[in-house]
Order: sequence, then C-alpha cells, then structure tokens
Amino acid sequence: MKRLFGILACLCALCAGVAAYAQQPLRLDITQGVIEPMPFAAPAFVAENAAGADLAGDIARVVSDDLVGTGLFREVPASAHISTITDFAAPVSFPDWKAINVQALISGAVSVSGGQVTVKFRLFDVASGAELGQGLQFAGTTEGWRRMAHKVADAVYTRITGEGAYFDTRVVFVSESGPKDARQKRLAIMDQDGANVQYLTDSSALVLAPRFSPTGDRVLYTSYETGFPRIYVLDVGSVQRRVLESAEGTMSFAPRFAPDGQRLVYSLTQGGNTDLYSMDIATGQSTRLTSAPSIETAPSFSPDGSQIVFESDRSGTQQLYIMPASGGEAKRISFGEGRYGTPVWSPRGDLVAFTKQNRGRFHIGVMRTDGSRERLITASFLDEGPTWAPNGRVLMFHRETQGASGRSTLYSVDITGRALRQIRTPDGASDASWGPLQ
Amino acid sequence: MKMTSKTVLLLGALALSACTDPARLGGADATAGGAGTAANAGIVPGSASDPTSPAYFQQSIGDRVLFPVDQSNLTAEGQATLDGQAAWLMQNVAYTAVIEGHADEQGTREYNLALGARRADTVRNYLISKGVAGNRLRVVSYGKERPAEICSEEACYAKNRRSVTVLAAGLTG
Repeated sequence: MKRLFGILACLCALCAGVAAYAQQPLRLDITQGVIEPMPFAAPAFVAENAAGADLAGDIARVVSDDLVGTGLFREVPASAHISTITDFAAPVSFPDWKAINVQALISGAVSVSGGQVTVKFRLFDVASGAELGQGLQFAGTTEGWRRMAHKVADAVYTRITGEGAYFDTRVVFVSESGPKDARQKRLAIMDQDGANVQYLTDSSALVLAPRFSPTGDRVLYTSYETGFPRIYVLDVGSVQRRVLESAEGTMSFAPRFAPDGQRLVYSLTQGGNTDLYSMDIATGQSTRLTSAPSIETAPSFSPDGSQIVFESDRSGTQQLYIMPASGGEAKRISFGEGRYGTPVWSPRGDLVAFTKQNRGRFHIGVMRTDGSRERLITASFLDEGPTWAPNGRVLMFHRETQGASGRSTLYSVDITGRALRQIRTPDGASDASWGPLQ
Repeated sequence: MKMTSKTVLLLGALALSACTDPARLGGADATAGGAGTAANAGIVPGSASDPTSPAYFQQSIGDRVLFPVDQSNLTAEGQATLDGQAAWLMQNVAYTAVIEGHADEQGTREYNLALGARRADTVRNYLISKGVAGNRLRVVSYGKERPAEICSEEACYAKNRRSVTVLAAGLTG
C-alpha cells in the first residue's frame, strides 16, 4: 500500500485585512468536568473552481463530523444559517452568525486541479468578530481529500481547546467476520473515523493485536500462520512481513514497540509459563525481563522508554505493575476491587489506561501511573483493549456483545467518559492500535 | 481443526489397512457402506468402533479435559480422561499430539492466551508423567479465540475452559 501522499501544509496569512489575533480568544477549557458543547458552523466550503465543487461540501461535512464526535462541539445546522459564504476573501457578516448563536465559524475554500486538491480555511470568533489564528492552506491528492478535512478539524480543535491534534491519524485493527466459533480475523487499517478501510493480511491465519510503530511505518502483530502464535513485523507501505526470532516449542505474543521503534517488548511462553522479554528488532537479540512462575503479559512502554507497565497474576489475580524497561523490581499500581489487564501508557505520560473486570462486567478505565485517581469510563458485558489517541485525551477500545451472535465493534471515548461513539467498520472489529499524527 | 481431524482420520485408516489387524473384515464394508453394522460385528477400521482410531480416541476416551474458572488444575475427572489418553498414546505410537489450551470469553485476550498455555502444559506434563514421550506432545494456546460453545453463559463457559488433545499422524522426530 502506497503512502498516500506527502502533505503540503503552508502557513499563510490569507487576508491582510483581518486581524490575525483575537483580543479575547475563543477558548474551551476541557480540563473542567462537564462542559457545554460549543456551537459552531461550518458552511459548505467555497468551490474556487468548477472541479472543486464536488469536494467543497464533503470536506465541510468531515470537518463537522470530527468536531461533533469529540462531544465538545455542537453543529448549528445549515438549515438554520441566515447567510451563506460564497467568497472566501469577503468580509464575514458576523451579526448573521451571532443571531443564531454560533460561537465559532469555520469558512473554507476548495480548488481542484490536476489531481491535486487545495483547501484553505479560516476560523472566526463570532462574538468578537476576530479571526482565531491565521488562515491555513493544505494541499494533497484528490483521493486524499479526507485528510485535508481532518487537518482543518485538527487546527480548529487545537486552537479552541489547546489540546493536541488527532483527527489526521490512522488506526490498525483486527477485522472480524463469521460466527463466534469459526471467526475469521485479518489485519486492517483505516482512518480514525472508520473511513478508507484497507486490509493488510488475508484471513487464512488467526491474527491478534496489531500495534503501530511510533512513526506508523510498521505494525507488530501475532499470527498463527505456523500453527503456533509468533510475532510478525509488517511494513505498512509494502505490506511485506517477517516473523521475529523465536525458539521451537515456545509461543510469543503481546508485542509492543519501544518509543525508539528499534526494540519491542513482548510475552514469551515456555513450559506453560509466560514472562516478558525485550528484543532488538534488527538483530533478533532477546533479553529476558521477568522470571516468575506467574503470568506476565500485555506490556507497554512509558513514552520516554524508561519504564514498562504490564499485567501479572503474581498476587493471585491479574493486576498492573510498573518496572524499569531493563527489568528488575516491579511495583504494583492497581489495588481496587476486581482484575486489571491490558495497561497502556498514555502518550502524555500521565495516565495508564486499562481493562478492568469486576462483578461480571468489563470496564475501560484510567489511573495515574502511581495508581491513584482510578476512574472507570465505560461499562458493558465486554469492553477491552484501550488504545490512546496521540493527544492522550481520547481512547479507542472494542466492545463485544453477549451471546451466540456476539459481535465486536470499535468505540472511541473521551477520558472523562464523555462522547462515547461507535466507529463504523464494514465487519466486526477489535484490537485497535491508534497511530501517530500523520 | 475440523479439517485436521478429517485428515487424521483418513491417515489413520490408511495406516491401519497397511498394518495387519483386527478388522480386515470390516474394511470392504467400510468403504461401501460407511458405518459398521451389527451384522459385520462392528469394527470398522478408522471408525469410532476401532480402538486404534483417532475417532475412538476422540469419542470413547475423550479428547478434552475441562477446567475450573481461571484455573489450570486437573479435576479427578480430567485425570481419568488423561489416564485413558496416555494409555492410548502408549499403544498407538504412530501418533503425535498437539495439546490445545483454551479459555472462556471472560478474560482479556493476552491473559487468556497465557492461561490456555498453562492448561495445555498441565495436560502435557500429566501425560508425560504417565509415560508418554515428551517429544510426541506439543502445546499451543488459543486463549478465548476458539470457543467450542458460543453462548455467554456458564453452561458454555464450562465447556470452553478446556484442553483438547489433537492427534496427528506421523512418527516422532
């Protein structure tokens, strides 16, 4: 699969006549608990040439969907608009937007020529009539138009919330089809909103838990291709894969990249006992990190690469532990009721997301890395496998429904538990891994 | 897995016809009529009535052992089944086995893989303790990936927390 395109993003002041900075910037403080979604309008982008007409509406739609999906914004629909924007450079009639309670106005323009699409946008604080930040322009291939829309939404989101961007990202996951007792699984990749699904493997062998590399160029995953679970590394661009070294008679699984992309940490089972190892991907050289008769699995590096959070049942039940990346003494961090698994360190470094089982229910939760401030943010028959958006504010996970016709679906949710949202995929989906900002 | 069993059955039948043994008589009938009848006294090579067949191993001895929730200890019933498996494997030396460990769906994926591995290894060690050569027994865990029963109730979970001894034809390496 080819790298779709190199994106051109150029900062340019698009209109000298408009103040570049607002006096009282439009701001959404999302560190507070419950917030009122900010009303915004994103009228259809202006088509600057005939070829751009097709995409002008679509791009505005994707921008709106991204923003609404965060739960932090509320779209004032086109049916309520008093004025339209037909000229990107013309002055905006702010009273018309104020009258319908729009706080943030996004205007944009699209032109298409020779397979290239160029998207410009501006963000206005309707109350003050000022432009928030400078106008931006993005260019790329027409097939990649959704990425332009995600970049616009990312710019709007970061300017208003102060949080990091995450819309222009991809997710690698396991696509599932067939009945529960004969489930077919294969690796797939998609945009974070579920668009542009492409398959990376066929379903001839069971595959589990793909994990993106820090730069999104490779994926580690577990496959039963040989009849036994082994870890593979797959190049996303060429879809070439290779199996990593492992001794006969062992099983290896639960791989995850180190932040440097050169090493991985994983579980290896030998003689029924599962421990953690790290491996240099280039040389295949493995180092044993734990040596206990208990189960040690689901490891995840801290963003600085110095520590590993993992799960172990050394206390008698599944709990979370943190140890130095080179092994050594581990400190237990989970102490609540129930069992804790699949810990994932936040890209910001402040939190660990996990799966919790308690009283017959599954939860996705977060806690600080010292185990304090545990907060459960979902609950269902089976919620599992959280993965962080690159901004450390949003999680994706899979939810499996109960019973013989049970099916797995991906969801995203804000770490406050707000904005729970299903990601629509062609088939069932599980084991998501959120990639970096493109 | 179904395909594997069929292949094994076929190979088993071939192995048998090449050998001497108990049911030469049933051979022709078996290809013609399928299941053995009371009239030909029952033993169809390769069928469940042939004690040297994988089908017999599966159905009469029992190819699976069940485990309590989150445990890999053998129950008395499990041990009895494995005693039978060990005796059969000692007599039918042309077979090797892959012991699959499985878990029910009430658990996270990685943990269940590790738990299934514990179960499979417990079974392997037990069979070795009863005299089966270790190099005939391989283990693999499927965790919660391959449930035998698909309801989300204890009745199904109990059957999914299992090990399955899957026979393969072939001399030991």
